[in-house]
Amino acid sequence: MNEQPEIPAFAPPEPPPAPLVRIIGVGNAGIAVLSALDRTEFAAAEFAAINTDAVSLASAPATIKIHLENKLLRGLGSGGDPDRGRALAEEQFSTLKSACEGANVVFILAGLGGGAGSGISPVLAKAAREAGALVLAFVTLPFECEGNRREAQARQTLEYLKSAADGVICLPNQRIFKLIDENTSLLETFRVTGGFLIEGVRGVWHLLMRPGLIQVHFGDLCTLLRDRHAENAFAFVEAQGAGRAREVVENILSHPLLDEGRVLAESDAVLVSLTAGKDLSMAEINRVIDQVKRQCTHAQIIMGAAIDPAMKEKLCVTVIAAKQETVPATSRIQTETRTAGPVSSTREVVVARTPRMKKGGAKPIQTQLPLTIVSKGRFDKSEPTKHNGEDLDVPTFLRRGVPLN
Amino acid sequence: MFDDSNIIAGLEIGTSKICVVVGELGADGSLNIIGLGQSRSRGVRKGEIIDPAQVEEDLRAAMFEAEQMADVEIRSVYLGITGGHVRGFNNRGVHPVVSADREISADDVEDVVKNAKAINLPAENTVVHAVRQHFFVDGQDGVTNPVGMLGARLEVDMHVIHGNANRLQNAIRLVRATSLEVDDVVFNGIAASLALLTNEQKELGALVIDLGGGTTEYVVYSNGVIRHSGVLAVGGDHVSNDLAYGLKVPLSRAEKLKIEYGGALVSEAIKGQTISITNELGLELKRINHEHLQRIMALRLEEVFELIVQDLERAGLVDYLRAGVYLCGGGSRVGGIVKLAENVFQMNVTAGHACAISGLTTALDQPEFAAAIGLVKFGSLKSRRRDGRSLISRSIKGVFDKFLQR
Repeated sequence: MNEQPEIPAFAPPEPPPAPLVRIIGVGNAGIAVLSALDRTEFAAAEFAAINTDAVSLASAPATIKIHLENKLLRGLGSGGDPDRGRALAEEQFSTLKSACEGANVVFILAGLGGGAGSGISPVLAKAAREAGALVLAFVTLPFECEGNRREAQARQTLEYLKSAADGVICLPNQRIFKLIDENTSLLETFRVTGGFLIEGVRGVWHLLMRPGLIQVHFGDLCTLLRDRHAENAFAFVEAQGAGRAREVVENILSHPLLDEGRVLAESDAVLVSLTAGKDLSMAEINRVIDQVKRQCTHAQIIMGAAIDPAMKEKLCVTVIAAKQETVPATSRIQTETRTAGPVSSTREVVVARTPRMKKGGAKPIQTQLPLTIVSKGRFDKSEPTKHNGEDLDVPTFLRRGVPLN
Repeated sequence: MFDDSNIIAGLEIGTSKICVVVGELGADGSLNIIGLGQSRSRGVRKGEIIDPAQVEEDLRAAMFEAEQMADVEIRSVYLGITGGHVRGFNNRGVHPVVSADREISADDVEDVVKNAKAINLPAENTVVHAVRQHFFVDGQDGVTNPVGMLGARLEVDMHVIHGNANRLQNAIRLVRATSLEVDDVVFNGIAASLALLTNEQKELGALVIDLGGGTTEYVVYSNGVIRHSGVLAVGGDHVSNDLAYGLKVPLSRAEKLKIEYGGALVSEAIKGQTISITNELGLELKRINHEHLQRIMALRLEEVFELIVQDLERAGLVDYLRAGVYLCGGGSRVGGIVKLAENVFQMNVTAGHACAISGLTTALDQPEFAAAIGLVKFGSLKSRRRDGRSLISRSIKGVFDKFLQR
């Protein structure tokens, strides 16, 4: 993911109306996505990187680098513990704040579930808001195979992040799992997930940077994202040529991240933004919006259109769909902290360290296999009670790793 | 000859016990519980029969006890069913009204109900219940009886409960083998809610949780109809098993400890206390940390409630439970379980009692019998409906007889 040649950062003087955007990669995953961003396309943005791991930070193509040093682990990361990451970030709150100073908009890129991304990004979001910037976070949720603990950490962080940032665009990696075929290498998989995240960044970037005919303000985007969703889906499609409107619509409706259009039907707010060259016609806009509208009858649709002469014949459309959640955010946080509370360090070693966190050359830690074979006692021979992949016949305290001492 | 058609028996083949409740239907339609029989169940795991011979033996014992107590002969029973394979979901049936005047007839209603029942089930599954919820006439919500209304499009929502046909048939065959007839099979969750809830509570919206030995059933009522139902194949057996594993004691001992010292919340008072296990001679065998015992139980029970909450959240029904949550089954005897459930559900929780039935108070007060009592109630409702019909046919027959006699 980070073999992208390093292009020295430069920031050409911007015309006054364009907001100053700072893109900050947090944690290993965030930095990897940051490195994969096309620097020429995002030339107007400033890149920054924050991590607890010095090695990964050194390779990051960023102008501002903040190393949150942990004396305990000697700069070798946060050990997959978001509390540690959070504590470090809170300690360095003023540094984070000064890193966001001067920017109008801050994009945070992070992979949730680990220590650095999960721990730092909510604090960073808070710092950036205090520094006066609008904050939009692009995050990934871990794969299911990464284990319940990471999943729980990621979900919890997502809650924190939602309350701290103006908007969160969240991409569950598991959804991508379905799209890649079996032979895809690990490296390729992460390139794909990173690629989707970048697509999202690019889509929002276009929204902000290109003068719109039918303007979508950043505020519109934030209202769409705020207090709404568990995860939103986004898609960024391009087409050119004569039948480009039809092609774009087809691509949207068959887009894997939108579950072949099914996500649209379930969502209750959808943002559609079109960008094209000077030849963009009203009929085309109408066609695209009409088709999308037909898919999501219940949704509030925010639409925007912009002209970019450089696009020539291309038409690109960004769709961001958000789903209403019935449970109020506060009660959700409560239940989650409660369930996450008793999970303590005994299981930590057992949870496999994923390749994503290993990257960056941290000193490998000897992991321990769960050697104790859990007997299911009287349910040994009966049909197992499975629920979301968990075997409910195994005692709860074992599955949650509650120590009995 | 003694007419026993007013005797209704409910049979629940549970994981921890088999129980038979005998009710007598009075002339005025009131239901009176007159007998109760139970025996320890040894051939059932997670609500499903694993040893038919053993179950048959236990069943005969329970039957005998109930017949003795009620002093009647039981010929047929309403059989309660459960198991992890039982599922409930909502389905909508649509039917266009084709008559010229657009008036909805009873035939239209029959058709729409038939449409709603036509669902895609796995080949091995069969429908246990199809409960009508509400009709929609041209999209107008909340119609309870559309006959005679005008409309072009009639829709109905049904709650369908289905399960694996073979496994259900196992229980029915077993009962038939003991020369008993099965009047009907009823999902235990529905039976429990019949025993526990009044019509007002169903109207307000309530959740009934039957914490059984091998399974936990739950049913949601709202606006007077069943909105959601489900089974978790987790129950009291799991609690005992967790304790046996966690405290390193035999299962039978774990069962006893659970009943004697169990609690759904870790209370401050018992922190650091130990329980000593003694053998029959009074010699101490082992010391067990009381706090650990309760923590293991608390985690398991909390998880069960959380799974139910998650399911209801997915169905979007949590805000409809204005009458709160009602607990029954052996699990509702655990100390502090109401408090635990209140913590998880964030609403009013009551340990339920069978209501709207008179009779043996010993039976009515015990939460374990809620499902079996509900079965009897189901039977009484059904036979009352049948009586209503046969009354008409009888009177017609009477008229004919008079004609014939002339």
